[in-house]
Amino acid sequence: MAWRLRLAPEKTNIDFFRLQWITFGLSGFLMVASLVLIATMGFNFGIDFKGGTTIRTESTSPVDVGIYRDALSGLGLGDVTITEVFDPTFREDQHVAQVRIAAQEGVEAVTPETIEVVETALRAVDPAITFPSVESVGPKVSGELVRTAFLSIAAACLGIGLYIWMRFEWQYSVGTIVALVHDVVVTAGVFSLFQLKFDLTIVAALLTILGYSVNDTVVVFDRLRENLLKYKSMPLREVMNLSVNETLSRTLITAGTTLLALIPLLIFGGDVIRGFIFAMTFGVFIGTYSSVYVAKNIVLWIGLPRGDAIKKASANQFADIDA
Amino acid sequence: MIFIPLWQRLLVALVTAGAILLALPNLFYSRVEQANDARASIETGLSTTELEAQAGQWPSWLPSGLINLGLDLRGGAHLLAEVQVADVYASRMDSLWPTIRDALAAERDTVGFVTREEGPPAELHIRISNPDRAARALEIVRGLAQPVATVTGGGASDIEVRAQNDILIVNLSEAERTATDDRTVRQALEIVRRRIDEVGTREPTILRQGADRILVQVPGVGSAQEVKDIIGTTAQLTFNPVVQRTTNENADPGPGNILVPSLDEPGAFYILDRAAVVTGEELTDSQPTFDQNGRPAVSFRFNAQGALAFGEYTSAHIGEPFAIVLDNEVISAPVIQSAIPGGNGIITGQFTPEESTNLAILLRAGALPAELTFLEERTIGPELGEDSINAGKTAAYAAAVLVVLFMIASYGIFGVIAVVALAINIVMIFALLSLLGATLTLPGIAGIVLTMGQAVDANVLIYERMREELRRGASPVKAVQEGFGKAFSAILDANVTTFIIAAIMFFVGTGTIRGFAVTLAIGVVTTMITGVYVSRVLISLWFARTRPKTITV
Repeated sequence: MAWRLRLAPEKTNIDFFRLQWITFGLSGFLMVASLVLIATMGFNFGIDFKGGTTIRTESTSPVDVGIYRDALSGLGLGDVTITEVFDPTFREDQHVAQVRIAAQEGVEAVTPETIEVVETALRAVDPAITFPSVESVGPKVSGELVRTAFLSIAAACLGIGLYIWMRFEWQYSVGTIVALVHDVVVTAGVFSLFQLKFDLTIVAALLTILGYSVNDTVVVFDRLRENLLKYKSMPLREVMNLSVNETLSRTLITAGTTLLALIPLLIFGGDVIRGFIFAMTFGVFIGTYSSVYVAKNIVLWIGLPRGDAIKKASANQFADIDA
Repeated sequence: MIFIPLWQRLLVALVTAGAILLALPNLFYSRVEQANDARASIETGLSTTELEAQAGQWPSWLPSGLINLGLDLRGGAHLLAEVQVADVYASRMDSLWPTIRDALAAERDTVGFVTREEGPPAELHIRISNPDRAARALEIVRGLAQPVATVTGGGASDIEVRAQNDILIVNLSEAERTATDDRTVRQALEIVRRRIDEVGTREPTILRQGADRILVQVPGVGSAQEVKDIIGTTAQLTFNPVVQRTTNENADPGPGNILVPSLDEPGAFYILDRAAVVTGEELTDSQPTFDQNGRPAVSFRFNAQGALAFGEYTSAHIGEPFAIVLDNEVISAPVIQSAIPGGNGIITGQFTPEESTNLAILLRAGALPAELTFLEERTIGPELGEDSINAGKTAAYAAAVLVVLFMIASYGIFGVIAVVALAINIVMIFALLSLLGATLTLPGIAGIVLTMGQAVDANVLIYERMREELRRGASPVKAVQEGFGKAFSAILDANVTTFIIAAIMFFVGTGTIRGFAVTLAIGVVTTMITGVYVSRVLISLWFARTRPKTITV
């Protein structure tokens, strides 16, 4: 037998329900904690959601945030935040900072004059400075984007729920949706806790996490459905354990390959998409966890009809391809 | 023996070869891009040896579709403009006033004198001196209503009239507003497109978004402001009768009139009749020219309707001044010397030759029917885009190496097969992106890298099944067959759900998110093809060659 890298032993027999009160309790706690965090600390919204202007500056001389702030303080721009950006991909003499100006009160359209004033003031303190990107979003659009973002996540959960209902049973669908909500809320909670910038790309990442998580959940459910037909008299809880154990190797290998693809992006992908990649990387962990510890627990809790109803379930299955 | 019909094997080979051909141009990006540009210029009739040489850099019989690089990768400007559709209501009301005035004046005996009162811009307020005959006046005005000019408008009339004591209030009906809004936005879109095309920048994206918005993306420009300058604000040209000239900027223009400053005489103002005789919409052509004294001027020509109105007005008002108004400034206010019947004329003013050329372009492109306000502006410098591409490339190579090593370590020869399928998968993604002319954004690159991680999931599912079957003592062929057969349902479900997500992102997302959604969706499709069908053909080929008695997955 040739050597193979194995993330899980060939045959596992782990009782995934043994610690269910701890794991399920932990999930519940994380969700509540995330919601509390989001409610109290809120998000560090990017301009997509809050309106305003961000100017990225780049210079060959080091960034001095204090000098930048002094240069901009007298301009009456309201709330200005300046942060220096560090990244391993930057060249030796590449110094980047991000200037963020809050949306001006009562101004719908973006004023190029403001940007001009800021650029002139910064050029005065550092002649070598350039502005690789300038982005402005008016408050009207940002308000809509918040709504769209929320709706798209809700629509994605609902769409997936419907599909799972169609392909499996409604109990599976409920389990999947709970797991998805869990993943999104906890990831959002992490962004709130560390006050990481939350913009449209993070919403895309959250949606991708949904996709990954449901992928994992579906694989377990698919096996569960198959095993329920095979072991008609085995208690549901044991069939579930068997199914998770049987798919454990696949779950870990897929999480492994996905992480192997994401981690280089996290390191070398540059600061522009770091938040996005971070959200996805975190999502792989939480998505894997939730399909093992959350989704099926909900199904067990609701209970599945056995016997006749299962025959109907199998009728939903698409025909196998001719191998 | 794993039997796969010949046509299936051929199809897989053909699709793979096609994908490689379609993806090929992207390996020589700048060369193909130059060749494409050169060919495009040659087609428009320009042909120089230099262009021919550039076109020759890429053989014309090869596919030449390239992936569009998104603004975040190439640099450029992104603008989201809102068309102030309500502007048009006001001008509709202004143009309606003379008609209503004439119709009511014809029945002066019943309704009395008619005067226009100030009201909200989208409404026309008319005072009649004989309020007890308001019913008759209403009837007359309602008689002027036209059916809404749309297919769906179905019988609705374009104006609504109601009476409030001695005031008649006219406004556009809901159906007419909807129809007008749509027309306004489409017109604005067309004009924005023409103006940006006049300048000749490369592949701008100009799209309508939602009911009243226009998205403009122009790659390669230095700042969003440049694009705004090209689009301009309105360039609304009108010819209005002059009521009076004044130097008092607070002068009360009186009902139905407007106070407009002069463009080149500081402190001078004109009181104009708000109803224009003709507008820029009736222009058919405009060219830079010179007047009889050799000063730069702009010539114009009206369409038949405009020419008629202009001819009638000029013949009836010889000796009176009239004003040429551009964007609410009087360019000049010449006195009508004689009737101008042919609809031709020139605008003189204190222009430089450049200004007259620009004005001619603006007039020719047509006036924007309403003002644009900019809700979103993004400028991304080309250097930042280049940094992002390089960062993405480094990450993609590192990810590819890691995934390849991991798969081979986990599944041996089958890992190699999965990696070959993955390579074909990536080629197919690039091929489809080029074929669809889709836009690759930075999150899109991340999407491709993520696909590398996830695409092998299909193989993993199949191989894990094969392992189980082998443990149960199945023969190699049986194990492969069962592996593919039983894993299919899970693979399908996993991919359909991801596709649902991608579709939702595409429909609600904008810009970079859409780019991500497209690559994700394409990745799902190619993963289904390569993970299931290509892998199966590859495994069957391997079986046919080695005829293994036992296999280790």
